[in-house]
Amino acid sequence: MTTQDMKIEKEAGDLSRRDFLGLLGKGAACAGALVGAGSALASAGGGAAHPLGGVGPTFQQDDAQYAEAVKNPPKIPNYNWTQHKWAFGVDADKCIGCLRCVEACKMENSVQMDRNHTRTWVERYAYLEGSNHTLVDSIHDIKNVIPGTEETRFKFDNRYKDGQYEGKKVERVFFVAKLCNQCEKPSCVQVCPTGATYKAVDGPVLIDTKYCIGCQYCVQACPYGARSLNHVRGTAEKCNWCYHRITKGMQPACVEVCPTGTRIFGDRLDPESPVSQFIRNNKVNVLQPAMGNYPNVFYKGIDKEVF
Amino acid sequence: MEKDVFYHVAPFTGFTFPNETEVPWSELIVIYPYITGLVAGAFVISSLHHVFGMERFAPISRFALLTSLCFMFFAPTPLLFHLGQPVRALNAVITPHWTSAMAAFGYVAGFYVCLLLLEVWFSFRADIVKMSQTRTGIMQKVYKVMTLGSDDVSPSALHADHTIARRLAMIGIPGACGLHGYVGFLFGSLKTREWWSSDLMPIIFLLSAIGSGVGLLIVLYVITSWWRKKPTNGGVMEGLLYVLWSGVVIVMVIEALEMVQMIYKAREGVEGVFALIQGPIQIPMVLQWGGSLLALVITSVMMLAGTRGKKLVFWLFTSGLLMMIGVLAMRWNVVIGGQELSKTMRGLMTFHPEVYGRESLVTVATLFTAPFVTLYLAQKLLPTVWEEEPIEPEERVFDIHKAI
Repeated sequence: MTTQDMKIEKEAGDLSRRDFLGLLGKGAACAGALVGAGSALASAGGGAAHPLGGVGPTFQQDDAQYAEAVKNPPKIPNYNWTQHKWAFGVDADKCIGCLRCVEACKMENSVQMDRNHTRTWVERYAYLEGSNHTLVDSIHDIKNVIPGTEETRFKFDNRYKDGQYEGKKVERVFFVAKLCNQCEKPSCVQVCPTGATYKAVDGPVLIDTKYCIGCQYCVQACPYGARSLNHVRGTAEKCNWCYHRITKGMQPACVEVCPTGTRIFGDRLDPESPVSQFIRNNKVNVLQPAMGNYPNVFYKGIDKEVF
Repeated sequence: MEKDVFYHVAPFTGFTFPNETEVPWSELIVIYPYITGLVAGAFVISSLHHVFGMERFAPISRFALLTSLCFMFFAPTPLLFHLGQPVRALNAVITPHWTSAMAAFGYVAGFYVCLLLLEVWFSFRADIVKMSQTRTGIMQKVYKVMTLGSDDVSPSALHADHTIARRLAMIGIPGACGLHGYVGFLFGSLKTREWWSSDLMPIIFLLSAIGSGVGLLIVLYVITSWWRKKPTNGGVMEGLLYVLWSGVVIVMVIEALEMVQMIYKAREGVEGVFALIQGPIQIPMVLQWGGSLLALVITSVMMLAGTRGKKLVFWLFTSGLLMMIGVLAMRWNVVIGGQELSKTMRGLMTFHPEVYGRESLVTVATLFTAPFVTLYLAQKLLPTVWEEEPIEPEERVFDIHKAI
């Protein structure tokens, strides 16, 4: 047996082991979602002092931990990025706007806690009677910040109570979850002057936070408003579909905690993965196709008003 | 730190993306294209004499060149202050990512600084050699070093200087246009923002740069003449009047064309553009168009009436200043205005600049004062910049002992 053969055999062995773990993961996902959401809530309500000021979850990575993680990034053994093509689905019809995804993401990825920086968010669209255009709001609307939380926790306010808004009847309200589209032709990667942000072979667009200079050209170039500047790190910030989790066979944090199955994640190279099935069985759309970015987040049930 | 988090957060109306409410490019990015524009404009004036041999501009051509160099030194500084990780700034030069419009900036700026330094050196070499022989004390050593060991002032050597300086200027013209057209391309090539995404953007930036550069030279020439208690040269003032008039006319026509195109095409989001003009950038819009229009009217009247003498000096100075203000307002409208209109086209933000801090008006004021201070020191070092003056070695010496 040649060295190459041994290598191939080893990879095959590793793959089957991971597939097995993946299956286990799928089974545990439903239970995990509930437990995850529950624990997130419990901890967020803990009320401990947070480095960013105000009340916040105690287990969000602090600066020292982040520095350590950057210095000694976890090694991911047995992961071959040529053998995956990750994709994301959003079933907008199922979203109830609970914002557990936003909270989970902020905790998982140490995103700045305020309402002006987020890796994922949910938009609420409302048609008033007789209008062809919607009213839209999201977590950056001060009314959607839970009072007393110093802009660290969010909940859609009840402004469309009783189907009325400023004396007009509300015809329809729906939620749309947004996150980085990990585009096939990402404009952020195109404009990055240093190459600190790049397209991984398995799909996600990643940022090397040790190399990013913080010029924010990528923030300008993203048509979807998915990027922001992390002031603490001085570098660009965006969703990477929890790359540290998916490369270990886990689901992104937002998918894990979503109680309704709005967020669907999986491998396009696996025809039986949830996302492959989602794309196959539904009429899906992408956001702003005219931009030519070829997004990898596929939406079901979005309206013409969704930008 | 908590304040830092909410540093540039702008209040918004309508619907914007949450991340957009923090305006990424602040007033520092307004001043950056403004300074590079002044560089390009001043350089063009100096080239009118050096390359095209327009003798009218001879008295200020070397001053224009020096102005260009002094401003170019500070062109990249606003960017450094703006970066989240300024220490890593050179990453873009060491490992440029060539698909990025921004990757070439270090090279373009570096090339241009070198070119300007070389041209200044060749233009002033004979004077430097002379001063290294006439000065005493520490300044003699300084000038000695500045000659770089080349103290040949024979007619053939001077001829070579002149030829090389002219060739450098010839490279410099496309260089200056490229430098500033490139800045326009940085904005115009972004498809995400309706307000920026225009094919005319590089041309608008370039032409307004020349306009503002001429304005700066007029202002500086009048002030320095007053400072030196010397009359302004009538020929120079007339020449500057013609250039400024042409500049204003072309800039206004192109900018108007761009606006008309945007409105006539009326793509999705044109209502947002209207709201932007009537809302957050209303005052700078009035300054931009009002300044340009006033400059156009004043210069046109002077052209028609053939104004000369003190009246010309006063009104040309006013027009130059108006042009500078108008172009500065235009930079604000482009850079800040573009970000105040949401990518969703359905919301507006209102940017309020910080007064103190790293990215603040104080920083902008400091960075914009620095080139003037540098220019003051540079003309002390190279007093022959005013060609019409005979050298008076003992009077104009920049002597460290005297300074103390």
